[in-house]
Amino acid sequence: MRAQTNSTQHYTGYSAEPALSSATPKLRYFLNTLGVLTVLSVLAPIAILLFSWASPETAIWQHLIATQLGDLLRNTLVLLVGVAVGVSLLGVPLAWLTAMCEFPGRRWLEWALMLPMAMPAYVLAFVVLGLFDFSGPLQQSLKMTLGDGFDYVDIRGDFSVIAVLVLVLYPYVYMLARSAFLAQGSDVMEVARVLGQGAFGAFFRVALPMARPAIVAGVSLALMETLADFGTVAVFNYDTFTTAIYKSWFGFFNLQAAAQLASLLLLFIMLTLMAEKRSRGARSYQQNARKPHRFVLSGLRAGLATSACLTILALAFVVPVLQLLQWVVTEGAAMINGRYWQLLLRTLSLGFLASLLTVMLAILMAFSRRGANGYRKTFFELATFGYALPGSVLAVGIMLSFAELDKMLIAPLLGVLGMEPRQVLVGSVFALLAAYWVRFLAVATGPVESSLQRIRRSIPEAAKSLGASSGELMWRVYLPMLRPGLLTAAVLVFVDVMKEMPATLLLRPFGWDTLAVRIYEMTSEGEWQRAALPALTLVLVGLVPVAMAVRQSARR
Amino acid sequence: MNCGYIIRAAMALVVVISLAACDWQSASQHAEQAESKKPDSLVVYTARKEHLIKPLFDRYSDMTGVEIRYITDGAGPLLARLQAEGNNTPADILMTVDAGNLWQAAEAGILQPLASEVLATNVPENLQGVDKQWYALTIRARTIVYSTERVQPEQLSTYEALADPQWQGRVCLRTSKKVYNQSLVATMIAAQGEQAAESVIGGWVTNLAMPPFSNDTKAMEAIIAGQCDVAIVNTYYFGRLQNQKPDLKLALFWPNQQGEGADGRGVHVNVSGAGITKASKHKAQAQQLLEWLVSVEAQQQLMSLNMEYPVLADLPYSDQLQGWGEFKADAVNVSEAGRLQADAVKLMDRVGYK
Repeated sequence: MRAQTNSTQHYTGYSAEPALSSATPKLRYFLNTLGVLTVLSVLAPIAILLFSWASPETAIWQHLIATQLGDLLRNTLVLLVGVAVGVSLLGVPLAWLTAMCEFPGRRWLEWALMLPMAMPAYVLAFVVLGLFDFSGPLQQSLKMTLGDGFDYVDIRGDFSVIAVLVLVLYPYVYMLARSAFLAQGSDVMEVARVLGQGAFGAFFRVALPMARPAIVAGVSLALMETLADFGTVAVFNYDTFTTAIYKSWFGFFNLQAAAQLASLLLLFIMLTLMAEKRSRGARSYQQNARKPHRFVLSGLRAGLATSACLTILALAFVVPVLQLLQWVVTEGAAMINGRYWQLLLRTLSLGFLASLLTVMLAILMAFSRRGANGYRKTFFELATFGYALPGSVLAVGIMLSFAELDKMLIAPLLGVLGMEPRQVLVGSVFALLAAYWVRFLAVATGPVESSLQRIRRSIPEAAKSLGASSGELMWRVYLPMLRPGLLTAAVLVFVDVMKEMPATLLLRPFGWDTLAVRIYEMTSEGEWQRAALPALTLVLVGLVPVAMAVRQSARR
Repeated sequence: MNCGYIIRAAMALVVVISLAACDWQSASQHAEQAESKKPDSLVVYTARKEHLIKPLFDRYSDMTGVEIRYITDGAGPLLARLQAEGNNTPADILMTVDAGNLWQAAEAGILQPLASEVLATNVPENLQGVDKQWYALTIRARTIVYSTERVQPEQLSTYEALADPQWQGRVCLRTSKKVYNQSLVATMIAAQGEQAAESVIGGWVTNLAMPPFSNDTKAMEAIIAGQCDVAIVNTYYFGRLQNQKPDLKLALFWPNQQGEGADGRGVHVNVSGAGITKASKHKAQAQQLLEWLVSVEAQQQLMSLNMEYPVLADLPYSDQLQGWGEFKADAVNVSEAGRLQADAVKLMDRVGYK
C-alpha cells in the first residue's frame, strides 16, 4: 500500500462497509445496538432540553427581543465569522509550512505549534486582560514613559475576544490540516508543478482542495467551541447568545427558558453540519502517500517562516505561560501539597478513561456512518450534537437524565432487592464519563472519520479477498491505518476533558475535584492570580498527550 | 503496525484503570463507612469556594468527629441538581451566597423550616429566610468606593446620587449579570418602587466612564488608573486589594446613612447563608452544624477567611473591618432580593446596563 501515491476520486455511490459487512451477524447486531445506544445517550439530554418547549416562556422571549437580542445576535455572528477566518488564516498556512517545507526550527515548531491547545480559552482571556488592560504592565509602562501623552485604552471588544479564541482554537485546524497535508504527500504537488502550476497555484488548486474536508472539520470544531464558550466572553463582559442562556437561568432562575434558548443553538449546528457535508460533496479523497519531500526554504523566506511560527507560538503560549509562572511564584505556590497531587491524579485518570471510551465510541460512529446511508446516516450524525451546547446547559440535561434513571429504575430496583433506595448514578464516575463522551464525541469523530475517508475501500476489500477475518481486518488493516487519526482524536478529547468545567462540577463524585474545578473556584471570585497554579498545571499536563501524539505522527 | 505499541497502550490502560479503581474503591469504602455510621456524616452542597469553607469543616470534624462531605458548584446548578434528585438526594445542607439564590431555593421547595433558638437569636431577623428555611451566616456590604485623589467624601451621599450629572463619565460598574448587582437593584426597587429605581439605574448607565467590568477588582483598578472616580463594590474585594497594595489611593464610602425614607435606608447588605434540605435524613446533626457556624469561634474564622461581616451582632470586628468604619445597614428583609430579582434584571436590560 505504500506504493500507491495517487489520490483518487471514486466511490461516489455507497457500498457496504467491508468492516461491517464481513462481521458475523451476531457481532454486527451487537455493534449496531451499541451504536444506536451511543447516539441515544447523546440525544437523551438534548431531548430533555427540547421538552422545555412544552411551555414556551413567552414573557422572557418578549423581554429578550425587546431589549438585547439584536446585540446578542450581532456579537455572536461577529465572533463566529471572526473565529472562522482567524483559525483558517493561522491554522492552514502553519500546517502547510510545517508539513511541506523545511526551514530553521521546523522540527520542533511542528509540535510546539500544537501547544496552545492545552491552554483553556478562559485562562488565556484573563492572562490577556491582566497583561494588556490599563492596570497591566504594558499600559502602565507606556504611561510611565509617555506621561500625559498616553491615554489608557480599553482593550475589551470584538478584536480581543476573537483574538483570544483564535489563538487557542487554531490548533484544531492546524492538527487536522497538517495530517491531511502529510497524507497527501508531496507527489501530487510535484505532479501539479510538472503540469505547469506555480507553487501557489499548486497549493490552491491541488493541496488545499484535497485537504478541505480536514480543514472544514477543524473549523467547525472551532466554531462549535466558540458557540458554547462562556468563560472567555464572561471575562471580557462580551454579550453573546450564550450570555442570554445563562442570564435566563441565573438571573430569572428559569431553566426552561434557558433550555429553549440553548435548543436554538442546535439549529445552528445542523446548518454547520449540512454545510460541512455539502463542502465535502460526494467526493472523497483517498490516498496514502510516501513520506513527503519537503520544499527547502532559504534566506528571507526561511526567516519569514520561522518568525511567523515563533510569533504565533509566543502570543498563544510562551507569553501566557510566563505570566502564569510569575503569578504562581508570587501567589500560588503555597497550594502545592498532598491534596494537590490527588487533584492531578484524578484529572489525569478522568482524562485518560474518557478519551479511551470516547475514541472507541467514535470509531464505532465512524464505521456506522460509513456503512449507512440516508436516514440511518443522518441518525448517526446526531451523535455530534453535544459539542456545541453551552457546557452548563448540556450538563444539566445529562444530570436530569441520570436523575430520572435513578428515580425510575435504580431506586425501585434497590427496593426490590431489599436495600435502602439511594442515588447510584448521579454523582458516580460512570455518569461523569458519560457526560464527557456525550460532549466530546464530535471532537473524536472528526479526525477518526477524516482518516477513515482516506482509506481506499479497495484495501479492506483486498484484505478480505485474501481471507482476512473481520477481526484481522480491524486489527491489521484498519487500526494501523487509522492510527494518526485515532491519536489526534484521543489527544483532543483528553485535553478537552481536562479543561471541562460545568459537567465536572455538576456531576463529579464527592472529592473528585479536578484542576478545572480548582480554577473555577478561584476565578469565579476574581482571584485570577491564585488560579495560576492549577491553570499552569493544566497546561503542562496537557503537553504530555500532545507530545505523545507528535512523536507518534513523526514516526510514521 | 507494531504490536509493541498496542501492548504498551494496553499496559498503560491497565495501570490507569487500576489506579482509578483503587481510588474508586477507597471512595466507595469511604461512602460505606459513612453509610454504616450515618449519624457521623453530613453532606453539604455549597456554592462557597473550597478554600473558604474547608478550614471550617475541618475544624468542626476535629471537634465533633462528624465527617463532612461536600461538592462545590454555582448556586444555579446545585439548585437544579437538588430539584432533580428530590427525595434521593444525599445532601443535608445547601449553603450558598446571595439572598436571591437562597430565596430561589426556598421557593423551589427543597429546604425545610428550621426552628432553632441559637440561630434565631444569633442571626438578625431580616437575614432569615421566609418560614426560617434558611439563615444567613455572613453579611457582605456592597458600597461605594472612590478615588481619594479626585473625590471628596462630602461629594458623595447615596447610591441614587451617583445618577447626578456631576458624575458624568466618572462611574465604573461591574456587569449587571452578577447577582450582587441584581440584588442591589432589587432592594432599590423594594425601597422606592420600580419607576424611581429605573431612572436611577438609567442615570448610572449615562454616567458610565466605560462599559461594565466582569468583576469588582477590575472596576477598582480602573479608578486607580484614573479612568473613573467612583464604583460600587463588595467590601471584601476592596480588602483584598488593600492587602496587596497598602498605599491604595481608594477609600470606602457608606451611602444612604442620613435622611428620610430611601435616602436613609442604609448600606445595601447581602448574605451568605444555609438551610437544611427537605430530604435530609440527619436533620439534628445538620442543625448542630449550622448552629456552630454562627458561634463566636466559627464567625471569627469566617470573618478572617474572607473579610465578610459576622451575623453575630456583638462580635468585635477584625482590625481591618474596624478600619473601614461603622455603618448603618439596610434593614430590609433580604428575601426581597430574591422576590424582585427577575424585575431587577429586566429593569437593567431596559436601561442598557450590560
